[in-house]
Amino acid sequence: MAKTIDLFQVADEELEARSRFTCRIKTCASTACLSAGAGPVRTALEQAVAAAHAGHDIEVVPTGCMGLCSKGPLVRAEPRGASPTLFEQVTAEGGRAIAETFTGQRSEPDVTVLDESIPFFTQQRRVVLKSAGKINPDRLEDYVAEGGYRAVLTALTEMTPQEVIEVIRDSGLRGRGGAGYPTATKLGLLADAQGETKYVVANGDEGDPGAYMDRTIMEDDPHRVLEGIILAAYATGASQAYIYVRAEYPSAIERLERAIRDARRHGLLGRNILDNSFRLDVAVRIGAGAFVCGEETALMASIEGKRGTPSIRPPYPTERGLWGAPTMINNVETLANLPEIIAGGADAFASVGTGSSKGTKVFALAGKLQHTGLIEVPMGITLRTIVYDIGGGIPNGRSFKAAQTGGPSGGCIPAAHLDTPVDYESLRALGSMMGSGGLIVMDDTVSMPEVAKFFMEFCMDESCGKCVPCRAGTVQLHELLGKICDGKATRADLQLLESLSWTVRDTSLCGLGQTAPNPVFSTLHYFRNEYLDLVAGGR
Amino acid sequence: MANRRARPNGLNVTIDGVEMSAVEGESVLDVARRAGAAIPTLCYLDGLSVHGGCRVCLVEVDGEHAPRLACSTPVTDEMEVRTATEAITEHRRIVVELLFAEGNHICAVCVSNGSCELQDLASEVGMDHVRFPYQYPDRAADASHPKYVFDPQRCILCTRCVRACAEIEGAHVWDVAARGADSYLVTELNLPWGEAPSCTWCGKCVTVCPTGALAFKGRAIGEMEHDTDLVGFLARARTEGEWEGRS
Ligand SMILES: Cc1cc2nc3c(=O)[nH]c(=O)nc-3n(C[C@H](O)[C@H](O)[C@H](O)COP(=O)(O)O)c2cc1C
Repeated sequence: MAKTIDLFQVADEELEARSRFTCRIKTCASTACLSAGAGPVRTALEQAVAAAHAGHDIEVVPTGCMGLCSKGPLVRAEPRGASPTLFEQVTAEGGRAIAETFTGQRSEPDVTVLDESIPFFTQQRRVVLKSAGKINPDRLEDYVAEGGYRAVLTALTEMTPQEVIEVIRDSGLRGRGGAGYPTATKLGLLADAQGETKYVVANGDEGDPGAYMDRTIMEDDPHRVLEGIILAAYATGASQAYIYVRAEYPSAIERLERAIRDARRHGLLGRNILDNSFRLDVAVRIGAGAFVCGEETALMASIEGKRGTPSIRPPYPTERGLWGAPTMINNVETLANLPEIIAGGADAFASVGTGSSKGTKVFALAGKLQHTGLIEVPMGITLRTIVYDIGGGIPNGRSFKAAQTGGPSGGCIPAAHLDTPVDYESLRALGSMMGSGGLIVMDDTVSMPEVAKFFMEFCMDESCGKCVPCRAGTVQLHELLGKICDGKATRADLQLLESLSWTVRDTSLCGLGQTAPNPVFSTLHYFRNEYLDLVAGGR
Repeated sequence: MANRRARPNGLNVTIDGVEMSAVEGESVLDVARRAGAAIPTLCYLDGLSVHGGCRVCLVEVDGEHAPRLACSTPVTDEMEVRTATEAITEHRRIVVELLFAEGNHICAVCVSNGSCELQDLASEVGMDHVRFPYQYPDRAADASHPKYVFDPQRCILCTRCVRACAEIEGAHVWDVAARGADSYLVTELNLPWGEAPSCTWCGKCVTVCPTGALAFKGRAIGEMEHDTDLVGFLARARTEGEWEGRS
C-alpha cells in the first residue's frame, strides 16, 4: 500500500538537506553531454570528493540538460552563499580540478568558464525546462522541492475537472506536437466523451530529424511529464495513461519508469491519489522508432500491438481511440506545460507570448551557429534573436541563408523574413510551421534543392506504405529532386515536380504525406532561382 | 455500410448538381453511386472494411480545403459534392500513373488483361502514358499453392485480399510486411502460400483482387475473371440475412 506523500514536508526536508552542503556540483547527465564524455567527468568529481572525505560538504548532483549542448560536458558549481560558476567542455581531469577547488585543495581549476550572462541564456524563458539541468531527474524529492506535484494537489483538492479545463482554456495553451490545436478544446472533447475507460496518451515519439526537445523533457524532468498527465487525466476522467516513447530513447524510458514507480509508491499514482477518490495508472509503451508512429492514429495502432499505420479520421481519437475507447493524444511538451499553468495561474502563463500563441516553445537549435543546443524561448521572439543572439550568429565568416523549422513537414525561411515572430500563424504564413521544435540554421554554402531532397528522402524512408500518393509519390519526388540536383533535369521535370507535389499534398492519407512536399514548396518559393540554375544546366 | 432505404426526412446532399436524399451513416460513395456518379474505387469493396489507401475515390466537398475520400466520408446535411472536377481528375490520373510506375504492370502478358480494375481505371482517367520513371521492382511470384498463384509484380497493395481473408473468411492468412515502397504482401508469417497452414483454400482473396496479382492456377493471358461481388453478398447475407441479388 502506497504511503501518501506530504509534499510540503518532503520539500522542506529536501531544502534543509541541500542547505547542509557548502557546495553542490551539478554535472550534466543528459544524452548530449554523456556522448561528449560526461560519464567519466561525474566519476572524477565523485572520486575527488570521496578522496578528500568531503562527502558531507560537497554534493555531486547528476542533472539533465543545461542547454548549451555544443559546449558540453557542462558542470555547474553552486557554492553556498556565493555565485555559481558554469564550466564548459569539462574533461575527467577538469572534473577532478573543479572538485578539488571546492574541497580547498587548490585555488582555481584550469577549466574554461562559460559566462551565463550571454544572450544564449538570458534571452531564454524557461517554463517547461524550468527544472531541467537543475535537479536530479531520478529523485522525486528533487522535483517536489521545486514545488512539484503541488498543481495536482491543488487540482484534486480545490478544483473540479471542469475548472481545470477552464484554467487551461484561459491560458491559451496550444498543442506543441506540431499543429497547434487548442489543448483545452481537446480536453473538453475527452471530458464529454462517454466511456467506461478513457485514455490519455503522451506522445513522446519525436521522430523529426535533429529534434530532441521531448527526449530532454522526459529525461530531465520525468515527474513534470507525469504531473501533466495526472492533471490531464483528472480534467477528463481518464483512468489509464500511456507514454509512448521510441526505443532509441533508452534513458528516457528508464527515467520515466523509475518516476512512475516512485510516484506510485508515494500515492501520486494508482488508487486514491493524494487521498482523493481519483485513480490513474500510467505505463510506458515503447515504439520501434518509426516517424509515422508519432501520428496519432498510427501511434494508437502501435500501442495496440498492430502495424503502425495511420487510419482515416473521423472517427477522431476522442470518439474512438485505443481499443475503441475515447482517447486523447497530447505531445509531451504540451503536457509538461500543465503543472505550471495550474500552479502559477492562467494569467501568468498567458502573459508570455503573442495574441494567439501563448507561453514558450522549446527548440532544438542546430546547424551553422556559434551556439547550438536546447533552448526554450517566449513565443513571439524573432528568428533574428534566436539566430544572432541566442545562437551567436553564423560561424566561419559565412552568412545566414535559411532557417528550417517544422522538420520534414516544415519549410525554409529566408533572411528576408528573419524578423518574423515565432508563432503558429506567422510561421505558417511563411510556408513553414512551428512543428515540434526542430530549428536548423543553414549558411550560404547550402544548396536548397539538396535540402529539399534530404527531407524528401526522409519522408520516403518513413512512409508507411498504406496510401499510394505517399508510398509511391515520395519515391518519384525524391527521384525528380535527385535529377534536379544532378543537373540532369528539364523544365518539364520541374513542372512535374510541382504537380506531383500538389497531388501528394492533397491526396495523402495522413500528415506525413500531406506535408512531405512542404520543403519542396518553400524552397521553390524562396529559392526558385537555384532550381532554375540547375535545370538550365540540363537539356 | 450501405443503407439503400433512404427516408425522405433524411439528409439532403447534392452530388454533381443532382439533389439526393440520404440517411445518416451513408458515405459519400453510397449516395454518389445512387446518384449515378461514376466515382472510381480500387481498395474499396462492398462487404469489406474501409481501408482508404488507394485515394482514387477522392471528391471535392464544399467548404473543405482538401479533397475528401468518398468511401470513408459520411454525408452530412446540405453537403455539396463534386466528383470529377479538373483537379480531382488530375489527382486520380497521377495516382494511377504512380501505381503503374511502382509495379510491373504489363497488360499484354497478364492473366487479367481485359478484366482488370487498374486497367479500366487507367483508361477512365485518360492515362495515355506514364510520366514517371518505372521502378521495375524485383519481386518473385509465389506459385507454391496448388490452386492459386500470387504475382506481386501486379499487386497494388489495396489489401482487399488481406481484409477478405481476415474479415469474411476469418483466416487472416494475408498481411502487409515492411514499409513504404518496400511494402509487400505476405502469407502466414512469411511462409510460402502453399505451406500456410491457416489457408482454407476458399479463394476469396483471389475473387476480390482488382488486378492480376491473385489468380487461379492454369489461367492463360486474359482468362482470369474476378468475382468482386461475392464478399459484398456474403457480408449482407450474414449481417442482414439477405440472400438475394446473386444468380
Ligand atoms: C507523420 C507525423 C508524425 C508526428 N510525430 C509526432 C511526434 O513525434 N510527437 C508529437 O507530439 N506529435 C506528432 N505528430 C502529431 C500528432 O499526430 C498529434 O497531433 C499530436 O501528438 C497532438 O498533440 P498536441 O495537441 O499536444 O500537439 C505527428 C504527426 C504526423 C502526421
